[in-house]
Amino acid sequence: MDNDGATQLIVTSSPHIRSNVTVAKLMWAVIIALLPALGGSIYFFGVKALLLIVITTAAAILFDALGQLMFRRKITIDDGSAAITGLLLAFNLPPNVPWWLPIVGAAFATIVVKQFFGGLGHNFINPALAARAFLVASWPTQMTSTWLAPHTGNVSGLSPQALTLCTDAITSATPLNVLKQGAKLLLPGCDPQLLYQHLQSWDTIKNLFFGNIGGCLGETSALLLLIGGIFLIATRVIDWRIPLSYLLTVAALVLILPGHKTAVLNYTLFHLLSGGLILGAFYMATDYVTSPLTHKGRVIFGIGCGILTVVIRLWGGYPEGVCYSIILMNVATPLIDRLTLPRVFGTRRKK
Amino acid sequence: MIEIFDCIQTKHIITTNLMGKFRGGIHHREHKEATEYKPIEVAPLPQRVSIPLSQHAGAPSKPVVKIGDKVRTGTVIGEPNGTISVPTHSSISGTVSEIKELPHPLTGRFTTTVTIDSNRQDTLDENIRQRDLSNITPDEIISAIRNAGIVGLGGAAFPTFFKLSLPKDKPVDTLIINGCECEPYLTADHRLMVEKPAEIIEGTTFIARALGVKNVIIAIEDNKPDAIAAMKEAASKTNFTVQSLKTKYPQGAEKQLIKACLGREVPSGGLPADVGCIVQNVGTAVAVREAVRFNRPLYERVVTVTGSGVSEPKNLLVRIGTPVKELINFCGGYRGKPEKLIMGGPMMGITLASDEVPVLKGTSGILVFNTADLAEEQDCIRCGRCIEACPMGLSPTRLNYHIKAGRLAQAKNEHLLDCIECGCCAFVCPAKIRLVHNFKYGKAELARTKGR
Repeated sequence: MDNDGATQLIVTSSPHIRSNVTVAKLMWAVIIALLPALGGSIYFFGVKALLLIVITTAAAILFDALGQLMFRRKITIDDGSAAITGLLLAFNLPPNVPWWLPIVGAAFATIVVKQFFGGLGHNFINPALAARAFLVASWPTQMTSTWLAPHTGNVSGLSPQALTLCTDAITSATPLNVLKQGAKLLLPGCDPQLLYQHLQSWDTIKNLFFGNIGGCLGETSALLLLIGGIFLIATRVIDWRIPLSYLLTVAALVLILPGHKTAVLNYTLFHLLSGGLILGAFYMATDYVTSPLTHKGRVIFGIGCGILTVVIRLWGGYPEGVCYSIILMNVATPLIDRLTLPRVFGTRRKK
Repeated sequence: MIEIFDCIQTKHIITTNLMGKFRGGIHHREHKEATEYKPIEVAPLPQRVSIPLSQHAGAPSKPVVKIGDKVRTGTVIGEPNGTISVPTHSSISGTVSEIKELPHPLTGRFTTTVTIDSNRQDTLDENIRQRDLSNITPDEIISAIRNAGIVGLGGAAFPTFFKLSLPKDKPVDTLIINGCECEPYLTADHRLMVEKPAEIIEGTTFIARALGVKNVIIAIEDNKPDAIAAMKEAASKTNFTVQSLKTKYPQGAEKQLIKACLGREVPSGGLPADVGCIVQNVGTAVAVREAVRFNRPLYERVVTVTGSGVSEPKNLLVRIGTPVKELINFCGGYRGKPEKLIMGGPMMGITLASDEVPVLKGTSGILVFNTADLAEEQDCIRCGRCIEACPMGLSPTRLNYHIKAGRLAQAKNEHLLDCIECGCCAFVCPAKIRLVHNFKYGKAELARTKGR
């Protein structure tokens, strides 16, 4: 028996071949997809952006490992998931925050939101978004009023000509802020309609698309985020259903609902390209752990995110609603999962 | 860049739910190139065969020989023992040298096994002779199939006669002959279709007559154009339809095949006859032909011997009971150190603990791998790929959680028992969770606790 080498055979259950897709490969693909936007944030906001991103990501990886150590779990920093949490959290921070803020956020995201609930795969809300919400609630000034102008333009994305109509407050107003505050930003005697016209001009839309505006580190350039998003969809790392249903819902709702529209198409584009919508729709709402398992569930999830985002933007107290809408839909995910299980072969759908 | 793209692209997942297609399933590299154009070779007669008396689903057969008895090729050595049971035959001529309880190659359970030493004559049993087919009745065909010990040769090894003995309340209108061979690596059925199409057609005619059906579909995946051409040619004088199906695993699974060919869904917990359909494998059709025309029992079959750990992969006509090791030696021996030895295909086959075990009626292939995928299980990241891939519409990740938490009743509620163990979920799982392993465990636990 031992002359032919077949003495120690491995006995396992089938299947005996596996696809070469691994958790780490999927996570690293997301990181690759975020690189263009990372480059963009450095281009627009300078070395400070890079520093913040490095601090946040390093802190996330460190605290995640610390959390795993605390709970005697296997240390899995190489799977890239903590790095994604760090990157996304950094992308959700204004460029001017103090250096310690992201460290607090990263600790909250990885230890409290992720490891307290069982580690990767068990957290019920997106760690980066939960940390952002936590930071906004705890340090609102640092998180919402420290916008930095990109070195190529200004925070609002408005043309210089439009800026002459406004008070000094415009220097710290992002495009969505301008939409929310409207007339309050204008010099006395100016027509608000004129401001909205400027806001919905092709010039502003172009600035939004290329990222020539103020905002959180990684959310400003729709173009760079779309490049990565399309890469993720083409490689089937993420399901197109969530971003598409999310974006279409936002587009449809802002089209129907009343608002300060001067040009309908531009107004819709303005909503799609501004704030954290593209970042959220492609990179945060598609987080496997906190989004539904099934195709149908994902469409419902995307529509839900879209509705909540628009409701918050149009009627809520905040100019932007992407973060909270995704968190709320994360919480609804177990319910969506249960209601959208596929039909089992050879059975009728349960009523 | 293209390499990165390729390595993360999960393009093997397809999801269609159209009529004439089944949901889920996967595409993987087929690895059939090593043997698909190699004609079937007759393996040398073994010196000694060991024949377990349990090679079929159902009750094992009862030994009817004793040590020292002389047997011929095709002599009955085990009689059926129960309703769902078939006889077992000697596959060589010689002397019974041992009858003892040995671990079954697949289940590991101790099974009565008859060992026969060859006299190198290969004398056929006197009962093997041409039968008068002029007035053969369906019942005679079915009893010939039972007496020949025929089981489904696709792998499940369910007694064929029992599948053909239909209750009166389940009229069957269609016979599907399964030539899909959707498992990667395996080419035994493929070669049979290319080399013995007329025999397959004749066997099919017998099965159709036994069932009394007119509508016969021979289903072949489109990755075997030469088999499709050969079968079309052979079927030209009949009214059988040769249907080419778009390649997708697990097309050869009974329920999926019926859905693909007819758009009918076998109800959960039901049988193909519930939707008026019977499926038989092409290899089974050849065995039926031999049984009906020549009264020849099932004592040999075609086995694909392949994989990275075999020097010269081949398709072999093998006597049942031949030790696996002899087949590998005939294929030039091992190449490198064998890590995994698999009976069957890579998706559903069962690993062997030794190469001394015999080839069984249900052995479609012997695979030798030099590498064993022993990736560590990670926590589920809820990516949903298993749900996309499941051809039965189950939610593997949920079932897995239920089983791990001991919620067997909940797992049953979510249709654990509908799982066909095709392996698609475990194949696509990026966390490398041993889903099929856990489902087999869960099913076994359900069966065990029900008996209490």
